[in-house]
Amino acid sequence: MSDTISFVLFSGTDDRLQAAAVMSAGAAALGKKVNIFLQYWALDAFRRDRIDLDHGLSPEAGEAGRAAVDALRAAGQASWKETLSQAKELGDVDIQACSLSMDLLHLEESDLDPLVDGVEGVTAFYISAEDGEIVFI
Amino acid sequence: MTDTAMPAVTRTIDARGSFCPGPLMELIRGIKEGQVGDVLAVLSADKGSKTDIPKWVEKAGHQLVGVFPRDGYDEIIVVKMK
Repeated sequence: MSDTISFVLFSGTDDRLQAAAVMSAGAAALGKKVNIFLQYWALDAFRRDRIDLDHGLSPEAGEAGRAAVDALRAAGQASWKETLSQAKELGDVDIQACSLSMDLLHLEESDLDPLVDGVEGVTAFYISAEDGEIVFI
Repeated sequence: MTDTAMPAVTRTIDARGSFCPGPLMELIRGIKEGQVGDVLAVLSADKGSKTDIPKWVEKAGHQLVGVFPRDGYDEIIVVKMK
């Protein structure tokens, strides 16, 4: 089992980001090096001025899914932002924004939430990923 | 093991409001902050943590004293070994 796991986050809905945050936190808890690469709508969700907003759910959630997610949140589930922040505190979690998506969305590094450690291209991401698994969410 | 044979708890971490993987993350923080030999009790109502915490404890090289069902939650007791 490799010591490194990498997640490419593409979707910007709260359910997918929550799943990604939980997967990252679990891997960090086992001492794995975790790389997170933010593209497209996931990157948009990490904008400083948008990270705390409601980012909606995947289409398959439907009304019942929305109600279930809201109920868990009301019961005290940590947000994906809080879970990632905790994972970074306890383990080795590096979050990078995709430079091409930065251009696509006309973003500067200062537009991003401080959870994001930097901006890099896809090659740098692959180098960081080493021989570990890459999961696309 | 009965409750009477249990080692004295150094620190109790009340993670009853947390969901997976929150209780484990709170335990890891407690272990990092503690000393070798500390006995940590995690209170958790999360089902996943009941199986995940013992597995993590074994993998991380600490000692599981036990998972004790309480009223609506579990008390998971762990000794920091390193």
